[in-house]
Amino acid sequence: MSSLRRFVDKIKPPFEKGGKLHIFLAGFEAIESFFFVPNQVTRGRVHIKDANDMKRSLIIVIIAMVPALLFGIWNTGFHHFQALGIEAAFWQMVWFGFLKILPIIIVSYVVGLGIEIAFAQMRNEEVAEGYFVSGMLIPLVMPADVPLWMVAVATVFAVVIGKEVFGGTGMNILNPALVARAFLFFAYPSHMSGDKVWIAGLADGTGIVDGYSGATILGQAASNTTSFLNGLGEAYTSWDMFLGTIPGSLGETSTLAILIGAAILILTGVASWKVIFSVFAGGAVMGLLLNLFAVNEFMALPFWEHLLLGGFAFGAVFMATDPVTATQTEKGKWIYGFLIGFLAILIRVLNPAYPEGVMMAILLMNVFAPLIDHYIVESNIKKRLKRAKVTAN
Amino acid sequence: MAEVIKIKKGLDIKMNGQAEKIYVKAPRAKTYAIKPGDWHGLTPKIIPKLCDEVKVGTPIFYDKYNPEVKFCSPVSGILSSINRGERRRIVEVVIEDDGKDTAESFLQGDPAEMKREQIVENLLNSGLWPAIRQRPYTTIAKPDGKPKSIFISAFDTSPLAPDFEFLLKDSEEDFQWGVNALKQLTEGKVFLNLDGRYPSIRTLSDIKGAEINRFKGPHPAGNVGIQISKLDPINKGDVVWIVQPQDVVAIGRLFKTGAYDPSMVVALTGARVEKPQYYKTIRGAAVTPLLEKQLKDGDKRVISGNVLNGTSIDAESGYVGFFDSQLTVIPEGNYYELFGWMMPGFKKMSVARSFASTWLTPNRKFDMDTNFHGGQRAFVMTGEYEKVLPMDIYPMQLLKSILVNDIDKMEQLGIYELDEEDMALCEFVCTSKTPVTKILRDGLKAMRKEMEE
Repeated sequence: MSSLRRFVDKIKPPFEKGGKLHIFLAGFEAIESFFFVPNQVTRGRVHIKDANDMKRSLIIVIIAMVPALLFGIWNTGFHHFQALGIEAAFWQMVWFGFLKILPIIIVSYVVGLGIEIAFAQMRNEEVAEGYFVSGMLIPLVMPADVPLWMVAVATVFAVVIGKEVFGGTGMNILNPALVARAFLFFAYPSHMSGDKVWIAGLADGTGIVDGYSGATILGQAASNTTSFLNGLGEAYTSWDMFLGTIPGSLGETSTLAILIGAAILILTGVASWKVIFSVFAGGAVMGLLLNLFAVNEFMALPFWEHLLLGGFAFGAVFMATDPVTATQTEKGKWIYGFLIGFLAILIRVLNPAYPEGVMMAILLMNVFAPLIDHYIVESNIKKRLKRAKVTAN
Repeated sequence: MAEVIKIKKGLDIKMNGQAEKIYVKAPRAKTYAIKPGDWHGLTPKIIPKLCDEVKVGTPIFYDKYNPEVKFCSPVSGILSSINRGERRRIVEVVIEDDGKDTAESFLQGDPAEMKREQIVENLLNSGLWPAIRQRPYTTIAKPDGKPKSIFISAFDTSPLAPDFEFLLKDSEEDFQWGVNALKQLTEGKVFLNLDGRYPSIRTLSDIKGAEINRFKGPHPAGNVGIQISKLDPINKGDVVWIVQPQDVVAIGRLFKTGAYDPSMVVALTGARVEKPQYYKTIRGAAVTPLLEKQLKDGDKRVISGNVLNGTSIDAESGYVGFFDSQLTVIPEGNYYELFGWMMPGFKKMSVARSFASTWLTPNRKFDMDTNFHGGQRAFVMTGEYEKVLPMDIYPMQLLKSILVNDIDKMEQLGIYELDEEDMALCEFVCTSKTPVTKILRDGLKAMRKEMEE
């Protein structure tokens, strides 16, 4: 037995039932099980278990988010220095972005995990790992300049109202990370939308190049132009949209980085490829329909460019695939995904109140997911009843 | 030959410790036991007194609620002890063997010329009736019941399962007698299902009086529940009977010879066994003579049955279960593993494709142990169960209906078609480590109570 294990065994007794520190048991166990897979053995008639567990599945999701995170770090620095008109070295941009994003991640995890552990202790349960993923998703859907207290407030709202009131991980109806974002979007719209918030330092305004615009592409599209320009007034290409050198929330801009994440999720089987695929399919179909009946420039935006813009890819890969809030039947996943993509583009193009529709579309379909499942399960029930009648006759 | 039915969903768990095809005559055990726990919903009532003499085929207890269902001694000797567990429930009724094998005699003759009542009575008297179980619920068949069909699965796809082809090779004639007897018990068909993976194997393929089908696919293709769902699915109110192949042989021998033949073959398997092989032994034998000099060092668990559907027994004082043709000994997984959840996992078996072994050594055989690999969580992942349950059933929705005790929903979602062994793989793959089979059994119990009231 390793010395670390001996150390853990030595400090454990006060946390166990009847010990002085028993109220911190959930927290202690969360940390212990982070280091050690417990020595628990199977009971009952099934004697072996698959080596996979929740921690591993969810750590894969975090690994899949790393490319988007790394790109987001660089992109934050890149746009900051572009807006200041400073020629910065690669590592300078990365360092700037890192310092910008790290506090957001820390706030998100500290606040979120703190609440999770408190609730687990209250319920006398083990801490569920669900927040591993939400804790990373929340920073990635924030704008670079979001105040840290806002991240904290949004996290509290998302974890308590979005998840714990329903019973914790696995019981929630809405994706907690999206709840956090939607909360900020409606509570503090000036910090979550507009042309100034997407680039670090722009809202502050000191030292910004004259005439520099921080408008996102979708922001520009909403005002019915499809000749998209970057802050310095140069035209964006589709390639920029794909690589992600455009303004936007921290982790959402690079379709390439997100697709790398998608590949990890699909190869490891952690996320449903059906959902990812059908979100893109739904978005493409809606885009095509809009192209067909285009009466303005935004509607005429090539359908495939829609898939590269805003939070579409990020939502499809990391948000829609959340198994708890998605449909739970395999057939339902096709319908659920398709409608998310379909509605996201519909809201994006035709609803002037929201420049981006992905968040709304996913939250809406989160609510409808149980209904989709209900009809699919119902049809299975009917089939069984019919079979019984046929044999009875 | 009938068609081959292909099963696509499922999972073959590759483990070390497959029994080598050698028969060894096991040293005779000193004690034998019948365990009432091998049957669901059985309340035993002991017939003889302690130290009473019994013969092979002497009833030692009966079912309190179906007194005609008797359970008989597999050897001659004395009733030496009645071991009780929690709340004084009878766990084992133990017979001390006198080695003489004096036997009771029963009706002998060709079942084809007997009436149904005679066959039923002969099976009841000889203690072979409890070998016939019914679906739904997997309880002992009711002697006056009218099954719509009888199913025999003559192969097993579970991990390290014994090869029934090898096991039944010389008993085809007795098997035929057994089928003849069973045929009289139903107005429907007797289904005999063979392994479709090896079409060249001819054992049992010439059995008359049964509809022969072949099933091909990963575990649980060999489970009788899966086969029923494909050939003659159970609807509300239906009853199907099931019999295991070694019991069909015993039934055949009963009619052929007029005696209860308790002999059976048990495969000793698993990674903690020195030399996995087949033993000729007697039903209910103590396991000590089989395990002697066969156990490897280290913590281990002895299972009567297989790793997906078996009872944990004591290596010193355990007995082979009534329905088990297999003993499995695997390492106990009572260890801590540093950062186990994020290690690459070269030596770990998982259906999740996040382990190095999945990619680098897809055909590797594993020393599976009993570690829980994590902690129990709420349902999070979806679509996992569906991949290993080859039935048109929504397993997670069914489990949820059981958890909220919604009897109507359970029925609608097809609980009648399932048994623990059919959903054992669901429990194995579950990321949330949900006790699937326990929940299912609770549901079946609730359902049975509801239907019988």
